[in-house]
Amino acid sequence: MTNLADPSRAWVYLDSASGQPLHPSARDAILSALDQGYADPRRLHDSGRRARLLLDNARAAVAQCLDVRPDEVSFTSSGTDAVHRGLLGLRRGRLRVGTTIAHSAVEHSAVLEAIRWADVRSIGFAVDRAGLVDLAAAQAALAAETEPVAVAAVQLANPEVGCVQPIEAIADALGNVPLFMDAAAATGTLPWPGGWQVAAASAHKWGGPAGVGVLVVRKGARWRDPFPADDRAEPRVSGFENVPSVLGAAAALQAVQAEHSELSRRHTQLSAQLRDELASIPDLELVSSARPEPGSALPGLVAFSCLYVDGEALVGGLDRRGFGVASGSACTSSALSPSHVLEAMGVLTQGNLRVSFGRDTQPDDVARFARALREVLDELRSGLGLDL
Amino acid sequence: MNDTGAVELDCRGLRCPLPVIELARRLPDLPLGAMIVVVADDRAARVDIPAWCRMRGQEYAGESIAADGTPTYAVRRLS
Repeated sequence: MTNLADPSRAWVYLDSASGQPLHPSARDAILSALDQGYADPRRLHDSGRRARLLLDNARAAVAQCLDVRPDEVSFTSSGTDAVHRGLLGLRRGRLRVGTTIAHSAVEHSAVLEAIRWADVRSIGFAVDRAGLVDLAAAQAALAAETEPVAVAAVQLANPEVGCVQPIEAIADALGNVPLFMDAAAATGTLPWPGGWQVAAASAHKWGGPAGVGVLVVRKGARWRDPFPADDRAEPRVSGFENVPSVLGAAAALQAVQAEHSELSRRHTQLSAQLRDELASIPDLELVSSARPEPGSALPGLVAFSCLYVDGEALVGGLDRRGFGVASGSACTSSALSPSHVLEAMGVLTQGNLRVSFGRDTQPDDVARFARALREVLDELRSGLGLDL
Repeated sequence: MNDTGAVELDCRGLRCPLPVIELARRLPDLPLGAMIVVVADDRAARVDIPAWCRMRGQEYAGESIAADGTPTYAVRRLS
């Protein structure tokens, strides 16, 4: 890609956690399906059967990648939609038991907004400085509830800081309370654990197209559609599937899983390289793990915060130098409040950046990024009159 | 000075990262062991002032509330 401000300079995209460029496998699958998958998969004619076949192939492929049954997989219109349906449907299936929703303090806004929309009592599980759910505190919070908790929502990996929750241990601590797992940040990178009843993911996070979410409802889970549908036969989702995009999502997931161990190894090295660079920058706090064990963190994500600078100025300065990164600082959000994830962890929120690597990121990109970051920080801090 | 003898730093209306910058500017003027109280309505200050203390080796001495309801954050100079 080229830099819009200076076409001669290579643009380095370091925001794969927000959305990946389309995987080449997805592009091929989408293009071939555009001409084949236009019909209504429920119609009993040749074109309909062809669309149905493509959809069922995609479902089988995704089910195999996620190690679930094909009839447990539905395709939604986005990851957010999958989260809303998954969590609220699990709650609806438990209405006779209770209405309260428990969640970790670091859930994605799609989970928090679903709870707000449901307008029910909620309890938040505190997290430690690493962003991990405190199991003892979670159990104490559940025990303190006088009404039964309907459902709990815990993400597999956090999209802002990359920590991976101990889902199976959390499921044990929850006892009879069913668990909704938001796996959007981790799917394609980490295998799914057990212990959950309903899970959701988002195709553009693994290199599929935007506009495709995956909702998995385990057989036997008490899940009821929380939203109105139409007279279509497909359970759990509403509307006409985007068959070509669904096929692209499935092709991308198969491809990234095949590349996974090699990519994880490279991303682990790039993360270590970046952390080494950051260690020599003053007044900087690493907010992703400093020494991640395999499987305990997303391998290709490094998050940190810098004293005395605003996140928007950092993002802008790096953008002008040809690097695309995300920030969770207050100054980069419309709400003027810092990321609830950083707040819940109790880490520095100002000057926050999240660097997330793609399939093509090279060690030289990381070295050049670190140089650009030093320049931008020096520029922003030099005028402050601080003795640093 | 406020009634506890601590220096007060009025950061009302200042947005992140300005309250922390003001604190970093002002603290070196105080003797070791002295207390400064940052009055800040910016939400990020609640996390960022304790984080600044942790990163800069100063003591975070807790949150309170000013007479007008604005949160205050006490910091003791250690180094």
